[in-house]
Amino acid sequence: MSEVEIITDADPPVSRRNFIKGVIASGAAVSSAAYLFRGAGTATAQGTAGAVERLITLTVNGQQRRVDILPQETLAMTLRYKLGLTGTKLGCDRSECGACTLLIDGVPHYSCSILTHSVRGREVVSIEGLASSSGELHPVQQAVVDGGGFQCAFCAPGFIMSMVALVERNPDPTREEAAHALSGNLCRCCDYHKILDCTMEAARYTREGVPAVAN
Amino acid sequence: MAGKWKLIGEDIAPPDLVAKITGKAKYAEDFRAEGMLFAKVLASPMPHARVTRIDASAALRMPGVEGVITAEDLPPSDNPYAERALTMEPLYEGEAILAVAAVDETTAADAIERIEIDFEPLPFVVDPLDSLRPGGPDARVDGNSFVREEGETHLRSIKWSAEAFENAGDGLAMGEVNAEWKVGDIEEGFSDADFVLDETIVHQSLTHHPLEPRSCMAYWQNGKLYLHASTQSAMRTAGAVARGVGIDTDDLVFVAEYCGGGFGSKISGTVNMPIPALLARKTGKPVMYRVTRAEENYFGRARPGFQARVKMGWRADGRLTALDLFIVQDNGPYGRQSDMFTAGTIGSLAYTPLTMRFRGVSVLTNTPPRSAQRGPGGVQVVAMLEPLMDRAARQLGIDRVAMRRINAADRNTKFGSGQAALTSAFVREAIDLGAELFDWEAKSRMSGQRNGTKVTGVGVAVSPFVGGSIGFDGLVILKEDGKLYIHQGIGNLGTHSVADTARAAAEVLDMPWEQVEIVWGSTARNLPYSAVQAGSQTTHAHTRANYAAGLDAKRKLQELAARDLGGSPDDYDVGGGRVYNRGNRSRSMTLAAAARRAVVLGGRYDGHELPEDINDATVKSATALAGQGLMGVAKDTFPREGSTFTWVIGFARVEIDVETGHAEIVEYVATTDCGTMLHPRSLGAQIYGGSIQGFGVAMSQKWVYDPQWGVPFTKGFHMAKPPTMLDVPLDVQWAAVNEPDPYNPVGCKGIGEPPVGAGAGAVACAIQDALGAAAFNRTPITTEMIMAELEDIPAPFRQPTAHL
Repeated sequence: MSEVEIITDADPPVSRRNFIKGVIASGAAVSSAAYLFRGAGTATAQGTAGAVERLITLTVNGQQRRVDILPQETLAMTLRYKLGLTGTKLGCDRSECGACTLLIDGVPHYSCSILTHSVRGREVVSIEGLASSSGELHPVQQAVVDGGGFQCAFCAPGFIMSMVALVERNPDPTREEAAHALSGNLCRCCDYHKILDCTMEAARYTREGVPAVAN
Repeated sequence: MAGKWKLIGEDIAPPDLVAKITGKAKYAEDFRAEGMLFAKVLASPMPHARVTRIDASAALRMPGVEGVITAEDLPPSDNPYAERALTMEPLYEGEAILAVAAVDETTAADAIERIEIDFEPLPFVVDPLDSLRPGGPDARVDGNSFVREEGETHLRSIKWSAEAFENAGDGLAMGEVNAEWKVGDIEEGFSDADFVLDETIVHQSLTHHPLEPRSCMAYWQNGKLYLHASTQSAMRTAGAVARGVGIDTDDLVFVAEYCGGGFGSKISGTVNMPIPALLARKTGKPVMYRVTRAEENYFGRARPGFQARVKMGWRADGRLTALDLFIVQDNGPYGRQSDMFTAGTIGSLAYTPLTMRFRGVSVLTNTPPRSAQRGPGGVQVVAMLEPLMDRAARQLGIDRVAMRRINAADRNTKFGSGQAALTSAFVREAIDLGAELFDWEAKSRMSGQRNGTKVTGVGVAVSPFVGGSIGFDGLVILKEDGKLYIHQGIGNLGTHSVADTARAAAEVLDMPWEQVEIVWGSTARNLPYSAVQAGSQTTHAHTRANYAAGLDAKRKLQELAARDLGGSPDDYDVGGGRVYNRGNRSRSMTLAAAARRAVVLGGRYDGHELPEDINDATVKSATALAGQGLMGVAKDTFPREGSTFTWVIGFARVEIDVETGHAEIVEYVATTDCGTMLHPRSLGAQIYGGSIQGFGVAMSQKWVYDPQWGVPFTKGFHMAKPPTMLDVPLDVQWAAVNEPDPYNPVGCKGIGEPPVGAGAGAVACAIQDALGAAAFNRTPITTEMIMAELEDIPAPFRQPTAHL
């Protein structure tokens, strides 16, 4: 390895020796250019392209939150890295897995693929906004607890948001309708049947109320 | 056994469930630290190359860029073949070469673009058979296959003759192997056979793709490394972290309370864990390394694919007389993979052939690193062989379930190269239970029936896998608050075993579950030496270990009571929150009071004196906990004769649309012999979840590689095609034989792995059945393969090519 030139400090020797034959692949492709988060660190050093406001007000889980955002910033990253709401998970950052699902005006969306500035004036609800401030679980969450739902549960916040959207739209779905409504969420543990069981129970809790004595 | 236990066999949700479903549970990427930087890696754009020059000076001069590390920053490794977090000789496209830390990710990514790096391209290969051809490329400079000689691992270059390839035609060529064993006289086995199949079969490689990427975050405080990572096993990961960073485990606080799925890809953590740790040390700031889904495809591990030649012979009565298994295993570039060996063992156990030969060669390729994936080796062999069992049954006029019963293992079976014995086996019971639940008799008559454009097929598969290991430690403390604190060194990967195996200790002490606290998830919490959370060993191993710790605590309670209340320890029992005299229940003390007495007495009662046979890691943890209450600490020394194996039997019904080639699974039933049911609802979830992963093996998940450039096309979820909710039948059932394993104090065996093979095998058989015993000999069975079969045109690939 000693013949290889490695410069990992900012002030290299002036002469660049050992220009070695072969393919020069400077700037090797980063395969994941969109899975990026620009934080406050260099935000001020960059010219902000486009006429988008930086400091905006979001309505998240019923609260007004002032937040400094960038034009290309996704809602998932704003929630996770600026508002401390890490319940929303990122499994792919590509609208493939649904782990980042949350509600915007009651409609489930993949927050990895929603620009934060586009939700100004709209109601955003994340997993943290479901239980009451006193800790009482949302009927959907209670149904999941009663049904012992989820394994690793990394998909759970996204699934639960989709379940909430379903039962609020249709509190009496068939199992097939429920499966379709939740098909935008991946569970790699493939705990789909238990999730469906919990969804049907959640619909019942929504119709009939949560039983006084939960299991 | 019914009624013997209060907690074993009950549906009790794990205590962390509310945290998981309210967003409070913190996975690795959910942690933050003041001044946290973000890391990005520069990944190899080539499948095999040598880095000849790196100049990061321009990148480092960018505002916000704080540091760069390369392989030179890693601690030295004494194994020249070992995979490390960064490399100067990338062995697959996507392997990490260097990492940059910057104030945010876009800056880090911009910095990567400013790094000047030169590569010298090296020969590469993505299909093992191309490497075995005369003059074929080797995946590594020193060879294409690991061999063990005199206790050391070497690389050798194995090539087969041109004639071997020419003679094979579309079949798999056969040449030199580096693993072989046999039981009985295989030639005699074939001469006893009335029907023989000799087939070439390809099983795909596929990425694990847990939903949580292997992101990790690190910082240093007062010389100690704090690392948040995603791992299947907590205690057994700490050593890997320390080695990867070059520190002592005493200087590490490793936090891994939650793991968003592993399936074998995060057994002892992940190869990238040192990256944020070393960047944090270099920059003096916390570093978060968020791993992308594409990176998961690259270094998130994958199941080794097989190209196999399988020759099987059956007597007219259906008995398998000979199994000749010849496997070319796609090893990936690192680590000697053991799937093919396990495939031999599982093949032997699944069908109990009267004679058997196993031959295998594991060939290195410039494709992502492999590791165990749920049912390693077992899934491949079941998915490959079950359709052959069906074809033989059809030829011999034997019912396919009867065929499985005829060849099923039982308590007296000896299997594998060492002719090992079993602790228990209720395989025929599980087959019969499933056949009844599925109504095989009626359903099998639907085979080949046409309804509109749909044709029906049914299939059955028998899938055994390892169900337990032994010899780990249990550690519990009964504290003055009257609660039992059960310390678990295993991980929390979603199987619920971190909670469920604790029940064994609670049972011994008759503790109500509300009085039990489970302590897990961080090396700072003083955890015992544990099994790696893999190979379905945990349920068996840690019910044993926790039972042992419970018994130790119980004995100490009996001694304390005798000492204070008179009589001998054996006069006392524990129950209802008290230790009491059997003859006179009023002579008793509460467990809280006993805990206080234990602290007063000290010595072995409160952990100041420890047993000599426990692991050093347990000694450290127990010593730190000494004086907090009455300690139960013990190594599992319960006897075991034989190997512990679990079975899952899968039954599938599919409908294939003859106009589109689309196959849909419409019904699935699975039954198991996994000993006593520990947690029925969770058991059902393991059976279904594993089976569905098997559906992905049978029908959808694969890699596609461009052999010209050695680069993959299948990097995201939508290309890798794991099953979604719409790919599973709504009509499912499961059941368990529920017979205790005699070598586990609560009768339990593991369950995680065998459902995958059951799902894959049953679906592959059902598809084959719908199409009249069509021989696909390849997984996944995709729509275009089914269409080619329906239209009677050549298969859309050339067997036995890999990664198509």
